[in-house]
Amino acid sequence: MIYLDNSATTRQADEVTEAMMKVMKETYGNPSSLHDMGLAAEKKVNWARGEFASMFGAHPDEIIFNSGGTEGDNSVFYGIANSMKHRGKKIVTSCVEHPAVLEACKRLEKRGFEISYIGVDKDCRLNMDQLEEEVDGDTILVSVMTVNNETGAVMPIRAAAEIAHDHGAAFHTDAVQGFGKVNLKNSGADFVTVSAHKFHGPKGVGAMYARKNVNLPAFIVGGGQERGQRSGTENVPGIVGLGVACQLLSGDEEAVRSGVGLDKIREYLKVGILDRISDVKINSPEDGASSVLNVSFLGTRGEVILHSLESEGIYVSTGSACSSHKKGQSHVLSAMGLSHKEIEGAIRFSFCRYNTIDEMDIVLDSLEKAVRRFRKLGSFR
Amino acid sequence: MNEQNIFIVRCGEVALKGMNKPYFEKTLVDRIRKNLRGMEGVDVRRHEGLIFVRAEKNVNAEELIKQISKVFGVASISPAVEAPSELDAIGEEAVKFMLKQIEDRDIKTFKVEAKRADKNFPVKSPDIARIIGAKVLIGCKVLKVDVHEPDCRLFVDLRDDKTYIFDEKIQGFGGLPLGTNGKGLILMSGGIDSPVAAWMMAKRGMLLEAVHFHSYPYTSPRAQQKVEELAGIVASYSGRMKIHVINLLPIQEQIVQNCPEEETTILVRRFMMRIAEKVAEKSRCMMLITGENLGQVASQTAEALVVTDACVKMPVMRPLIAMDKVDIMDKAREIGTYEKSIEPYEDCCTVFLPKHPTTKPHLDRIEASESRLDVEGLVEAAVKSEEIVDIKG
Repeated sequence: MIYLDNSATTRQADEVTEAMMKVMKETYGNPSSLHDMGLAAEKKVNWARGEFASMFGAHPDEIIFNSGGTEGDNSVFYGIANSMKHRGKKIVTSCVEHPAVLEACKRLEKRGFEISYIGVDKDCRLNMDQLEEEVDGDTILVSVMTVNNETGAVMPIRAAAEIAHDHGAAFHTDAVQGFGKVNLKNSGADFVTVSAHKFHGPKGVGAMYARKNVNLPAFIVGGGQERGQRSGTENVPGIVGLGVACQLLSGDEEAVRSGVGLDKIREYLKVGILDRISDVKINSPEDGASSVLNVSFLGTRGEVILHSLESEGIYVSTGSACSSHKKGQSHVLSAMGLSHKEIEGAIRFSFCRYNTIDEMDIVLDSLEKAVRRFRKLGSFR
Repeated sequence: MNEQNIFIVRCGEVALKGMNKPYFEKTLVDRIRKNLRGMEGVDVRRHEGLIFVRAEKNVNAEELIKQISKVFGVASISPAVEAPSELDAIGEEAVKFMLKQIEDRDIKTFKVEAKRADKNFPVKSPDIARIIGAKVLIGCKVLKVDVHEPDCRLFVDLRDDKTYIFDEKIQGFGGLPLGTNGKGLILMSGGIDSPVAAWMMAKRGMLLEAVHFHSYPYTSPRAQQKVEELAGIVASYSGRMKIHVINLLPIQEQIVQNCPEEETTILVRRFMMRIAEKVAEKSRCMMLITGENLGQVASQTAEALVVTDACVKMPVMRPLIAMDKVDIMDKAREIGTYEKSIEPYEDCCTVFLPKHPTTKPHLDRIEASESRLDVEGLVEAAVKSEEIVDIKG
């Protein structure tokens, strides 16, 4: 089995699973309880908080644990819209954001907010001129993702944060795909939202960095956990799992330094594809995150290649779901100006620390075979 | 006085089938027992041409009725109470029964209809109705008699040992008990039509197996999952069902590469029928069943159906052939397959859809195209490649 769908989710690290099991069996107290079992659980949560905070060079009080990226994104958008509506009604974001951002925007639009979507070029690079033009005194929030989930494009969040702050707006980045891949220390962001399962942590748990002194009203209210910023009994095992997953990230940096990182794997697969298969288009930018390679195999349908690879134990994802009833085309690839044909044949390979160069040889063989077979039938649909 | 719920189940056509009657009734009782096996303390037995289901007082009556009505051959069901066959006792139960109806349904008028199965009983049916009616009038002060359009018809069914009192007849689907009419093989695609076609044949007592064609990797594994779920819904009426799952892609590839594009659909269709016939023979099915419907799509024109049928010897049943699409959809909603059927996964019929399919194919031309293919070899390989999925009934 070769798993190359790490942008969708990752395999939970064994170290994470073991730590979580231990917590589930032993440290099952409620962190809010006054007795020592409660205290033991609270200590675990605070340990994880410290681990996560260190990734930002942040103070532990600036960390809020939650259920994941979607909750994080939603809470920032609705929270800022609420607390700053008296100051302005405009929100600026990119048109290649995750639906957790875009759908929140749609809802705010209905509530009378003006949303401005910044475009990207053919390499998924954000149009900075447009951003500078759109952000104005009426703008309360600017949100740009750290790394695009479909292409791996790294967004210029530092520059974007500066523009936002110049106009008194808050800046948020959805770092679900970027966390652990891009350095987020001194990013300039006021809010950074993260999900644990994208970096070998557990599903259903996430965390948010929220800069001190920037007012964000609570999205979920109740027992006042997380300093009142996110109520609900802490998911202690999940949070510990997230903490352990953070610790393991240092190993990835080490791998890059010693020349066996994801960048090598991605490059190997990319060169192999260009070498062995004709009529392909690389959709990921040269300088994108090393975790993602998006390629269009022209004259094929991504989903067919996906299922074909799957039957050989190789797992990837597509740029579009090619159901005959619902054309679910990638909004990211569309925004980059790709043609229908290019989007239809797009495959996303996304890597993690458990992948190897040897695996890529197997992938290339299967890919070459599948593309050849299905191009023969390509004109029929 | 009685701590049980009683449900009278009436058999429809079963009663008409002369010599086979005991066999049909026994099949029906078995099937009802099977559908109620999840409920505790339920007793099902035959008595004087009726089926009596007794359950504990706290049984979920709605669910019980639903499960019984799913049994083909059941004409109607009535929740009832019983009394000794003696006029005072009947009157007492009837009053209690009506007081409950007044409370539950706010009825104002009623009429008693009596039937005397025990002809030795000294009072005749109209007189029984009159006497019980009088007792109800006295016992339930708010009620008046209306013989033309009563809010409630109170049935009194007097038998030698017991008398049954009830007011409503909940319609079943009718039909014949399963297994009384051989076994058929349904070509199940995952669309709206084929589950309905399967259901209709099962209603006439036919046991089912299914064959499902896919074009993996052109179709998603979720499409097969959907077919399994649809078969599960059908099987809740028709009993345990095997699905023979066959990948058609190797054949589609040959057709696409060797035959005229516009003939793709009809050629594929003929291959499906040939494979289905082989599967049917192997699994002792006597006929093929399809959800085809005259004129619905290119492969279902009169001409196309003639050409499709020409490649198999086995009879092909098409229970939906003359129905309108909206009626098929209504039926699918009624039996509970519609919502599942409209889930959007590609099935193999839509994968290699030609731009302009032939609607009036000629058999000689189609056969000429097939002569470029190793028909027998392809069919044999396809049958061999089948995977079997067992669906619980």
